[in-house]
Amino acid sequence: MASAVAHAPPEHAPHYTSTGLDHRKIAIWAFIGSECMLFASLISTYLVYKGRSVSCPRPHEVCTAADGRVFQPILNIPVTSQSTFVLLMSSLAMVLALAAVENKDKPRPANPTLGYRILSSSKLWLAMTALMGATFLGYQAYEFTSFVHEGLTIHTNLFGSSFFTLTGTHGTHVTVGVLWLLTLLAIDFKRGLTPKDALLVDICALYWHFVDVVWIAIFTLIYLIR
Amino acid sequence: MSDHAAASADHVHEHPTWKQYKWVALWLTLITVGEVWLYYVPPFVASPYFVPVLLFLSATKFLIVVAFYMHLKYDHKLFRALFTGPLVIAMSTIVALLFLFVNRHAVG
Repeated sequence: MASAVAHAPPEHAPHYTSTGLDHRKIAIWAFIGSECMLFASLISTYLVYKGRSVSCPRPHEVCTAADGRVFQPILNIPVTSQSTFVLLMSSLAMVLALAAVENKDKPRPANPTLGYRILSSSKLWLAMTALMGATFLGYQAYEFTSFVHEGLTIHTNLFGSSFFTLTGTHGTHVTVGVLWLLTLLAIDFKRGLTPKDALLVDICALYWHFVDVVWIAIFTLIYLIR
Repeated sequence: MSDHAAASADHVHEHPTWKQYKWVALWLTLITVGEVWLYYVPPFVASPYFVPVLLFLSATKFLIVVAFYMHLKYDHKLFRALFTGPLVIAMSTIVALLFLFVNRHAVG
């Protein structure tokens, strides 16, 4: 028992494997690899069903229903372009948060400029990332609500089923990312994140950027390509 | 920790500067603006180049984020393998399914 206690790793000790790499970082990359295949299955389902819906509404075409109702193309490109921009900028905020945590042990200038103080504030960049993630979710909630009001639900047709499943799964990932970011922000407020915690932020950042690259693919394949 | 481990651990902490991050963000924004602009050019949408150009721009954005924001350009090759391996399988799956099911009739 005494031996086990003596060999117990300290709280922030790196967990190196035989590769010389921290196993938590290997795990997040393996997880991201598996997530690639999850999203590939959802994207391919959408693409396989694309153009096969017999009922309205449809993503890019004007559609006349059996009862004579005319449906306009349902995808709102200007709104989705804005949400895409917000998510891309959240990735910038995320890398700045990581850089701020990694550089905390570097000596500060005697009279730091406003720019230096902004760039070195991990709390600010973590909060900005979470805020932009929440904004993206707000855009998605607006989009989903307007689609339902226009007559498109997950039960309506093949487009509705595959679209809501794909974008809903992505939105769930963004929600998890926002909660993760808020947890890191709470830790930063409580005890302060130090360079020893950089790996924790790095792992969260990798997840967040992955959510971003998935949206890059979704935006082009689902929204822009007709 | 062995010397090899120490060397590897040092290697993985090499990251771009914030100025590089700023340029990456600018390029991502410009490419996105370009994509959306192309969507609103009817002659280009009708041309055979529309889909390949959009796919190329999207792939460029994807690679930029993965290389710079996810640090894969600077990180250990094992991480690159863990990401690109499943990514190749995933993209092959999409292409294979599209070849299998393309040109079918409306079903639902």
